Amino acid sequence: MSTDLGVTPAPTKAAAAATASVAAVSPLPGVPKPDPILVVDNIVRQFGGMTAVNVPHLEVQRGIITALIGPNGAGKTTFFNLITGFDKPSSAPRLIGGPKSDHAARSMFNGRSVNNMGAAKVAQRGMVRTFQLTKALSRLTVLENMLLGAKDQPGENLFAAVIKPLWAAREREITLQAEDLLQRFKLLEKKNDMAGSLSGGQKKLLEMARALMSEPTMIMLDEPMAGVNPALTQSLLGHIKSLRDEGMTVLFVEHDMHMVRHISDWVVVMAEGKVVAEGPSATVMDDQAVIDAYLGAHHDTDLGDDSLLTDEVAEELAKEVELENRTEGDA
Amino acid sequence: MNEFLTTLTAIAASAFSPSTAALAIAAIGLNIHFGYTGLLNMGQAGFMLVGAYAFAISIVAGIPLFPAVLIALVAAAVFALVLGVPTLKLRGDYLAIVTISAAEIVRMIGRSSLLTDITGGSNGLTGQSYRGPFTDLSFLGDGQTTLGPFTYDNTGSNGWWVRLVAWSIVGILCLFVFLLMRSPWGRVLRGIREDEDAIRSLGKNVYAYKMQALILGGTIGALGGIIYVLPASVQADSMGRSMTFFVWTALLLGGAATVFGPVLGSIIFFALRLFVQGIAGQFVPDSIMNGQQAEQFSWILIGVVLMLVVIFRPQGVLGNKKELSFNVN
Ligand SMILES: Nc1ncnc2c1ncn2[C@@H]1O[C@H](COP(=O)(O)OP(=O)(O)OP(=O)(O)O)[C@@H](O)[C@H]1O
Ligand SMILES: [Mg+2]
Repeated sequence: MSTDLGVTPAPTKAAAAATASVAAVSPLPGVPKPDPILVVDNIVRQFGGMTAVNVPHLEVQRGIITALIGPNGAGKTTFFNLITGFDKPSSAPRLIGGPKSDHAARSMFNGRSVNNMGAAKVAQRGMVRTFQLTKALSRLTVLENMLLGAKDQPGENLFAAVIKPLWAAREREITLQAEDLLQRFKLLEKKNDMAGSLSGGQKKLLEMARALMSEPTMIMLDEPMAGVNPALTQSLLGHIKSLRDEGMTVLFVEHDMHMVRHISDWVVVMAEGKVVAEGPSATVMDDQAVIDAYLGAHHDTDLGDDSLLTDEVAEELAKEVELENRTEGDA
Repeated sequence: MNEFLTTLTAIAASAFSPSTAALAIAAIGLNIHFGYTGLLNMGQAGFMLVGAYAFAISIVAGIPLFPAVLIALVAAAVFALVLGVPTLKLRGDYLAIVTISAAEIVRMIGRSSLLTDITGGSNGLTGQSYRGPFTDLSFLGDGQTTLGPFTYDNTGSNGWWVRLVAWSIVGILCLFVFLLMRSPWGRVLRGIREDEDAIRSLGKNVYAYKMQALILGGTIGALGGIIYVLPASVQADSMGRSMTFFVWTALLLGGAATVFGPVLGSIIFFALRLFVQGIAGQFVPDSIMNGQQAEQFSWILIGVVLMLVVIFRPQGVLGNKKELSFNVN
């Protein structure tokens, strides 16, 4: 069984480095970062007359966990779609009649332009996303779902496909990798079940695990923990942190403030399509703009109230998970 | 009793007739489209017709057999490309509409009097005009052979030779589909059938895969068209909308997304029709239902059976309930 208990450890060296890397950045919307992996400019998306997203400039720091938060309808999912190539900015450069070049949408990922690039190409570049509404491939098994995530498969070429020896070795390799991940996500027992038969939370987990199969440079998770039980959430948060510690950049959307506080190094706040605030997770909740955007009338509630998820509680949950694992292992 | 035996023999004979094999081949192609990739090709008969015309016209023009087959396959591939380029980036329904109309256009062009010199217009091309090179290849010799109750020419226009070749092709294609669909390539196709966007998010070029599937299934359909016309003649109207419907029926009866489903479905399709006609001819007096009405009745029955299958066994005869039902939920 996995020994990953999800206990919040003392900040690792990598974690401290991640926090330190943005420590000197001033908490202003659109502020430049020392080592940005993703830089976007003039991302505007209108639906009819309504502007769903309007982000003049945003940078995402490499190697840290950035949370993107904001009330329902703030435009977070739309923003994800725009930068991953699933949707096209209204401000995208056009052959005729587009916006002026200094107002046209631009995005750079990992030092290369990903303007107007299709979703598949963006993913190949190493920016892989998951969906808020899960997209499990229902009539494929859990393992097949996972294998689809892997890159560099010679067997995905039509001409090599019929000759198994050409791809059997890679297939074995990725099967092992998939089983390892499924183990972490507590889905290994289900590997031969149809993905459609999984529960909602399990589908979320599968989708995240599948995205990790491609070993992305940057992973973008749209509400990854919605519907996942708290104990497993703890363990997966630990996993996400360890991904960060290994050098992956994580950008995730989440409504659960405790989780945001718990794992993110930097927080970007959106409201009504705009980035209204940015800052380290410990302080951004105190920003007046955030409180206004977020709560409206409920000014008396403390956004960053962590009392419900102190480290003691986390530890307790983790112990429960461990116990469960032991009994499972015995059975 | 004797008559009943005759019916059974006729059913068995139709089960391995070249047309059944041709239908099975076309259904194998459609299975790659619909069963595995989820592409709604409503004009498989169009692919068959393109293949049949390209093949027959090439032979008539003096091109040898194998290059003629190759030309037919390339023609079908180009046809698929032309249909796919504008539609495969759009929602599935667009492909359906475009394939229906394209198949009709091919049929109309085939039977139009403008091209009578090439296509034979509405009379079509007779079998003798293009069958020669194929029958010359036969190693079965002349004369007849009887196997059980079946007596056919060894070679002839509609004998053992065309049956042997047709069913060998069916066998090879089944093996081919099996090999393809257990591969990572097949896995991507099935993934596309489930959710294109998910596959896109994993970095696969969905458009290219759909195009490959459309071309592959279309060329297999063209091969079916060639087999269909070898023992008969090229008639635009014999491969119209109803042929597309037969292919779909065979696929859904047998089970989409299974290797043998299309083959079994084609056999059931022809057997069922003959069975109904035979039974009706024997037990229902002519005053109630004559031969022609019995045939029409058999079509109605096939329609009813198809409806029952779709409602009660959506995965077809061979499909796995859990996995391969075609009703997307
Ligand atoms: N395809 C669309 N057509 C029209 N309007 C849309 C479309 N997609 C999003 N919108 C609108 O854009 C706004 C932003 O939606 P979006 O899904 O990005 O919000 P979100 O921040 O992800 O919210 P949530 O936290 O609830 O997921 C909403 O007002 C929504 O109604
Ligand atoms: Mg959303």
